[in-house]
Amino acid sequence: MKKLFEKHNNWFFRAGFVITAFMLLMILIGQFWTPYEPSAMDASAKGLAPSLSHLFGTDKFGRDIFSRVMEGAGSTLLIAFFVVLIGASAGVLIGAVTGYCGGIVDEILMRICDGITAFPSVMLALIIIAVLGPGKWNVIWVLAILFIPSFARVVRTEFSRIKKQNYISLAKLQGVGPLRIIIRHMLPNAFPVLLPAISIGFNNAVLAEASMSFLGVGVSVNEVSLGRMLNDSQNYILRGLPWYALFVGLTIALLILGFSLLGEGLQKNNEG
Amino acid sequence: MNFILKKLTTMIITLLVLSFLSFAAFEMVGDPVATILGTNATPEAAAELRAELGLDRPLPVRYGSWLVDFFRGDWGESYIYHIPVRDMIHEKFVITVTLTLMGFFLAVLMAIPIGLYSARREGQWIDRAITVLSQILMAIPPFFVAILLTIFFGLLLKIFTPGTFVSYQDNLGKFVGYMIFPAISIALPRIAMTVKMLRTTVLGEMQKDYIRTAYSRGHSRQTALKQHAFKNGLLPVITFLAANMAEMLAGCIVIEQIFSVPGIGRLLMTSISSRDIPTVEAIVMILALWVMIVHFIGELLNDAVDPRLHG
Amino acid sequence: MKKFFGVLLSVVMILLLLGGCGGKTNSTEASGETSATKEQADTGAAARKANNEIVVGIAQDLSSSLDPYELSTAGTRELMFNVYEALYKVAPSGDYEPALATAYTVSDDGLTYRFTLREGVKFHNDAVLTAADVVYSFNTCREKSVDKNVKAALQNVAEVKADDNTVTMTLTAPNSDFLVYVGSVYIVPDSYSDQATKPVGTGPFVFTERKVQDSIVFTRFENYWGEKAKIQKVTFRIFDTETALVTALDSDTVDLFAHLTSTQVNGLSKNYEVLEGTMNLVQALYINNAVKPFDDVRVRQALNYAIDVDAMLQMTADGHGTKLGSSIYPAFTKYFDESLVNAYPHDAAKAKELLTQAGYPNGFDMTITVPSNYTNHVDTAVVLAEQLKEAGINATVQEVEWDAWVTDIYQGRNFQTTVVGFDASTLTAEALLARFVSDSSKNMCNYQNTEFDALMAEAGSITDDARRTECYRAAEKLLSDDAANVYLQDMADFVALRSTLSGFRFYPLYVLDLSGLTY
Repeated sequence: MKKLFEKHNNWFFRAGFVITAFMLLMILIGQFWTPYEPSAMDASAKGLAPSLSHLFGTDKFGRDIFSRVMEGAGSTLLIAFFVVLIGASAGVLIGAVTGYCGGIVDEILMRICDGITAFPSVMLALIIIAVLGPGKWNVIWVLAILFIPSFARVVRTEFSRIKKQNYISLAKLQGVGPLRIIIRHMLPNAFPVLLPAISIGFNNAVLAEASMSFLGVGVSVNEVSLGRMLNDSQNYILRGLPWYALFVGLTIALLILGFSLLGEGLQKNNEG
Repeated sequence: MNFILKKLTTMIITLLVLSFLSFAAFEMVGDPVATILGTNATPEAAAELRAELGLDRPLPVRYGSWLVDFFRGDWGESYIYHIPVRDMIHEKFVITVTLTLMGFFLAVLMAIPIGLYSARREGQWIDRAITVLSQILMAIPPFFVAILLTIFFGLLLKIFTPGTFVSYQDNLGKFVGYMIFPAISIALPRIAMTVKMLRTTVLGEMQKDYIRTAYSRGHSRQTALKQHAFKNGLLPVITFLAANMAEMLAGCIVIEQIFSVPGIGRLLMTSISSRDIPTVEAIVMILALWVMIVHFIGELLNDAVDPRLHG
Repeated sequence: MKKFFGVLLSVVMILLLLGGCGGKTNSTEASGETSATKEQADTGAAARKANNEIVVGIAQDLSSSLDPYELSTAGTRELMFNVYEALYKVAPSGDYEPALATAYTVSDDGLTYRFTLREGVKFHNDAVLTAADVVYSFNTCREKSVDKNVKAALQNVAEVKADDNTVTMTLTAPNSDFLVYVGSVYIVPDSYSDQATKPVGTGPFVFTERKVQDSIVFTRFENYWGEKAKIQKVTFRIFDTETALVTALDSDTVDLFAHLTSTQVNGLSKNYEVLEGTMNLVQALYINNAVKPFDDVRVRQALNYAIDVDAMLQMTADGHGTKLGSSIYPAFTKYFDESLVNAYPHDAAKAKELLTQAGYPNGFDMTITVPSNYTNHVDTAVVLAEQLKEAGINATVQEVEWDAWVTDIYQGRNFQTTVVGFDASTLTAEALLARFVSDSSKNMCNYQNTEFDALMAEAGSITDDARRTECYRAAEKLLSDDAANVYLQDMADFVALRSTLSGFRFYPLYVLDLSGLTY
């Protein structure tokens, strides 16, 4: 940890680290304890303004928004985590193969990636979710697949660069197998580029989940997520209860800000 | 030319894959007949409607004939409204494209001066302030910006009335007026990104030989910047934003929802849930086409400035 | 530089190409009158009052076909009520009153009906109503009506005969609800084929213009046979998102908006008067009686005891809404049985006890499936799921798209429970109760009770009104005793009406009558 800080000794990294750590801490606490049961309804406390007993106020069913934000941020993060995990794994695999092999395989896979990026990913996700039905895991799979190209591209560029380096040619000459070259020699060297990509991936996954649930095609109604809550809150903005949207939106923004600063900090280091 | 050909092939393949995927997706689960007939459906009525819509044919046949018709300019008829999809989409597409273009030009107009200014004042406090601010703005999702704008300008300051959209066909002035806040919501994160990108590019350029040559010819740093501002500012920004068109469009559907703008995003949402397949297909195609054309233009511009990129 | 301009030129070309595609159709609407009238509408409510016109907000677009026998959504039916008329017409009281017919006689055996037509009635296309139009309408309706109840009832009409100014109908079996069905057969001009897009009827309003996904315009019918409508022009505008709807109410854009929820009318400005009616439907947690564990009557009763309808109403509608108790709503004054409303008072302990008896001492997991486009049903389901926890039942709410609901649940009967509301397309008990007959194609709940079937069969075959009422009431009681479903409420239906307007009338059916409105 200390090493990481010494290595990335810049403003962005530190600020990103503090924000992300704070958010993660709140989410972690939310898994074990929330001020109220997040799904508990209270007819006598519907649509309350923020107060000491309800920090962020209550929603239309009298549920405590603060507790729900704690839980909702957790599932949003969980979705982002799996999206990045699956997307990055597949992306690294594809990027490694295309970057290392080049030629026709590279051409085909990259055209497919181009194809996916040519269409707004959220819209594509909308269509697929509309067909599969809402739910946490459906969202994860759809977004993960749509996120593969961004990782593949980064890894590919890096791999085709590393490939030309002397030590790889040397290893090839010595008769080291391609798998070993990829795993032992190339992957570790591509890691510094992958790290910011992962952080930006988190950022985009949070945004995508929020956008989709906001449009009502994300997680199901039983699940709490930041996007779903924002969707809920939308109806109250104009009816004089804007804080609901404000707090949920702020949480999303903070979550994204943390990741984007981290990514920025990591990238800065690569450049410098 | 080789480059253009390659791009065109990619475009066509992408369109084919996208259209087939969305076709197949609805084949798996959606049933337009059930949506249309609802609880009144009898097996006979369902079969009749299926035949009427041509849904009784196998998927490859349907896809094939749709594809041929589409490229002939016949986009089919909406299952729900029985009017040509083209007529239905036209107005909405213009609305959404206007929104993205407004966002686009807003971003260009704001980002270039700020980015260049920031680069000129590299390391000074104003540059740092701009960097920090754009870093924060980048992290704010467009829909949150939209909500904030609605709350502050709509509810508190009452500068505009949310939900009072007027179509460009009825009153162009009011239309543009209403679209300003949605456009800002879409542009704001882009402005932040572009400023950052521009600053990095310009500072990178400054290190390059030709600028050094300019210096050595006795030009000041300022004039060097100004002279090359066009090349260093406008073009990279346009290419960068063009490459971001897909994201801007994606932002648009959410923004349209918040500001009640009846654009293509809203139509896409309703068409998906009402299983109006011809409409969904046409929207998917036209949006993909739009994104790809913008990408293409961006790359051409890039090419025009720096032919080396594509050999 | 040259190259750059070349690129720029191609950009412009492509944009022109894109812009050029399909631009022709809208141009006609954009020019001339429409833009002028829109201009006036923009100047607000005062101008509309001066012009004697109103703007009515609706939440969804109408269905594609406006043909009187193809009105597939309730939202379309309720508006077209102003355009089409039948021989007899429902009144706000629920009685059927003479409309295109002035009187009718029925033979002693209940098999022959003779309707005397009103003289000098004109259609919107200036044609004069004749007996031939009536025969044509009945035959067309019998053939293609999408309303199964009406279609079934008309199958029993052996013959429709025109005779100068009277129409005679011969039934194969007596049907004491026949007049209600006659009231559902809209009369249209003989052999006019454009009903789907350019509907022509005899009603107080003429269908004038439709812009898909935007607006519909009705104008007053100046040659109406009865008392003419007071409002000159009605524009229906679609506000299909919550934001759009709420802002429309907050700004000056609409004069009338029906089917609002209590949240939507809360905090509405003084410019509006809020009227409360009911939606005229039976909202229930419908249970698939054929699947485990719901095939056990004790489990279904446990659900009934576990759910607290009052608390649910409090939560979702600030206490508004009418509790039901069986598959009938209070507008059916003759059939509604008040005593069933509290047949299952909220009692979690009793629910647990019943579950234990049924072999589920620790409760069970269940799914409540709801069509996602009905937000009020989704809200209800979420509240019910939370209430069921108290009895140890772990309910998950699953949202599905409307077509999936129709295919999988309504037709496929592949579900555990669902929250929806069933309305009555005609004012007959049959419309609400027949779906529970064992072999009915609409028996989504798989409710099986031979006693119920016998009562419904008897009610359908006799003409003695008192005995029929008895049969229907007994059938309702069976639904309650068997705890076939958890009957919840007839939802509150709020109407926001500009305070300068008056004359709005609620009906026991899902219709929006605009003819009485006046400034």
